[in-house]
Amino acid sequence: MAISKSEISRAYLAIAIGGVAWAALQTYVIHSFGFDWYMAIIDGVGSSLLLSGACWLINNNLRYYQPGRGSYINLFIWCVALAAICAAGVRYLLPLLKPGEVYVNFLQQSLIIRLFTNFLAIGWMAMLSAIWFSQLDQKETEKRRNEAESLARDAELYNLRQQLQPHFLFNSLNSINALIGFKPDQARKMIHQLSDFLRGTLRKDDQQRITLNEELAHLNLYLEIEKVRFGHRLQTEISCDRTCGEAIMPAMLLQPIVENAIKFGLYDTTGQVTISIRGEMDNNYLVLMVQNPYDPQTSRPKQGTGFGLRGVQRRLYLLFARNDLMETHANDNIFTTIIKVPQDETRINY
Amino acid sequence: MKRALIIDDEPLARMVVMEYLLEFKDQIELIQECGDGFEGLKAIQQHKPDLIFLDVQMPKITGFEMLELVDQPPSVIFTTAFDEYAIKAFEAHAIDYLLKPFSKERFSKAIEKYLALSAADAKPAAKTEKLLEDVAQGHAQHERIVVKTGTKVKIIPVRDILYLQADDDYVSIITAEGAYLKNKTMSFFEQTLDGSQFVRVHRSYILSVAEITRIDPYEKDSHLAILKSGAKIPVSKTGYAKLKQVLGI
Repeated sequence: MAISKSEISRAYLAIAIGGVAWAALQTYVIHSFGFDWYMAIIDGVGSSLLLSGACWLINNNLRYYQPGRGSYINLFIWCVALAAICAAGVRYLLPLLKPGEVYVNFLQQSLIIRLFTNFLAIGWMAMLSAIWFSQLDQKETEKRRNEAESLARDAELYNLRQQLQPHFLFNSLNSINALIGFKPDQARKMIHQLSDFLRGTLRKDDQQRITLNEELAHLNLYLEIEKVRFGHRLQTEISCDRTCGEAIMPAMLLQPIVENAIKFGLYDTTGQVTISIRGEMDNNYLVLMVQNPYDPQTSRPKQGTGFGLRGVQRRLYLLFARNDLMETHANDNIFTTIIKVPQDETRINY
Repeated sequence: MKRALIIDDEPLARMVVMEYLLEFKDQIELIQECGDGFEGLKAIQQHKPDLIFLDVQMPKITGFEMLELVDQPPSVIFTTAFDEYAIKAFEAHAIDYLLKPFSKERFSKAIEKYLALSAADAKPAAKTEKLLEDVAQGHAQHERIVVKTGTKVKIIPVRDILYLQADDDYVSIITAEGAYLKNKTMSFFEQTLDGSQFVRVHRSYILSVAEITRIDPYEKDSHLAILKSGAKIPVSKTGYAKLKQVLGI
């Protein structure tokens, strides 16, 4: 267990202070029984030293060994034994100082009380230590778990993002290859669009929050490239009013949804295709809706729905710890994906 | 003079091939470009080209699925950005497999290879069929099957299949809507359909496990599977063993 040095020395300091206080108290009690201060101090300091030693021992033991559920009895026995040793120590060591018969008698008579007060003090110490160390332990475990979780989360987000579409890239390069032959200007333009898009993809990290407008600007690059590839077959409708344009959302959240829409709406159908993206504010949510036509006859259920959308759902879950932020509908050959992004800052734990 | 078709859903991708083909205009004549598999199918049947440039991923049906529907496939040069099938294609004998974007040199090599092969009168068509078989077997399980009914193409999602029945050189695919014939063997389907959902219970029958409602004993060593549709399918002794394994009984 990794407990910092300062915490350990704090524990020792507490034991020392407790010991001094205990010594003073005991001295006062002994004195009140009619013994002189010298004898009272000897008694108080002596038993307190022994008691502090026992406390230190039990504290130190518990630091390396946390009693399990069944082994509290062991701890109890330990406390009793230590209490007995302390009492016996006082009983046999103090008479060596030749304190006189009255005192030795008093010592013998008070032995049982000393034993119990010792036991109570040591037991109290044991309890406090057990709680303190197990709390430290718990804190440590929790910290580790959080770390592991955030690591796993980072890795997962990274992987989700690695779903770069190589096919998109190669097909775009192929289109550029074609344009170079007869429309070099357009080829050049497309290279710029493609570079801007790729740069945006690489630069944005998932932790980032961006405005809807920024996300749409990035998406637009992608859609423009697809328009060059597929000519006039692809139409896009993007609508979002001024307030929702400034709404905050996790970077690259809309991208896979639109990619999915393109995959089913454009790659898998023939003829004119309109893909619409609509954003609006609803209470504290930014609601984004993406619609694309699809062909229920040919759309391959396993291929596709697949990664993109499940990834989006997973990401929403990781970011907002909710599973109800995405829904999809399919009817009349139109596929609709709706996501809700909470705008309440505190809920966004990036 | 060889006659060629380009089948690709991206206009710019077709233009690249067109442009590169100009160099061979004395040997190869481009007769048509098609934007999807259906158009391609029609054009192949109408023009009977010698060579097609074929994209794999296209709307409605893939290039491979389209080829399955052609009775006598012409020589094929695949042009695609997908490299998933590339190894299979090279193992088999498609004329060539061009990965987009490809260079003019690479393209010319493919054409020269084609010209050399056709001059040697190798039978490229047979090789294409071989390629299709290999791809089907190497590729993951089929999720849909394309069949031709008259002039129409029917796409059958695998989950709609009730059972398959051998029918001479064909296999009859029975769905709730009707039966469709496909020019393939039973073992082809046995291999390409998901073995946890489809079991070959008899030499002439493969059935969808989800469709079974009851299995009754029938004569010595054999059983009858009763489907939800009411159809009774004979189950052989080995078929019964396979069925028990899949059903976990």
